[in-house]
Amino acid sequence: MVDGSAEDMGLMNNFTVLVVDDDPIICKVHDLLLKKFGLKPQVVENGRKAVDLCLACGTFNLILMDKEMPVMDGVEATRELRAIGVNSLIVGVTSRGSPDEKKAFMEAGLDFCFEKPLTPEKITILLHELNQNN
Amino acid sequence: MDVVQLQRQLVDYKASLYNEAILDEQFTQLQELQDENNPDFVVEVVSLFFEDSERLLNELTKALEQQNIDFKRVDAHVHQLKGSSSSIGAQRVQKVCIAFRNCCEEQNVQGCLICLQQVKNEYSLVKTKLETMFKLEQQILAAGGSIPV
Repeated sequence: MVDGSAEDMGLMNNFTVLVVDDDPIICKVHDLLLKKFGLKPQVVENGRKAVDLCLACGTFNLILMDKEMPVMDGVEATRELRAIGVNSLIVGVTSRGSPDEKKAFMEAGLDFCFEKPLTPEKITILLHELNQNN
Repeated sequence: MDVVQLQRQLVDYKASLYNEAILDEQFTQLQELQDENNPDFVVEVVSLFFEDSERLLNELTKALEQQNIDFKRVDAHVHQLKGSSSSIGAQRVQKVCIAFRNCCEEQNVQGCLICLQQVKNEYSLVKTKLETMFKLEQQILAAGGSIPV
């Protein structure tokens, strides 16, 4: 069980999170997983919307970025976000792919790259990172 | 059948799904996310998977019937199906999708058609198995029992 685990670990969890993914199933799973840690994610379905949202509303502490999406993919979105000066923790979320793909995605400006779906253990790692940086 | 027997049946049934690699660890993760505040989470996610898959399988069938097959489009659909099957732990569906994507890359029409049939079969199988599992769970709840973990 993961309820209340953020508090148990002595970690703050009042961070803003953006989930960027075109798969409704992944969005639903990640949404509940994050909620279990006390986080309240916003969800958009492609990179273009993610960039527009960051430009309009200011940035997020954590952005979970899918790689393959229509309109604008994760690699391009990450590059654009970094280019406009966004320094959120950007975490790539990919399906089991080639190491080259992961490398290209990391080079676009990711802080981490995980395979999807995310697990409680990976969220814990990210919470530790966020606590360290803030 | 009494509750204890039903519960035992469910445990054995679930174990067989894992043993036959129809489901994997990811499905367990989904079950662990479910709680009193989100009591229907697994059924909701699985229902989304069924809807999504059926739509994708229709699109794939249509795309592969074309004179000039748009392999990029086929690949995009298979990628989506691979992603969603992976999210719910439908391991065998996911495995066929990997092979399917290779056929798309090679623009291998015959290969794609074979994979399409295989993925339809695997999808059908996991759908039937999950529906049976949910029915068993309902029977246990109706008999006043709780779902064994």
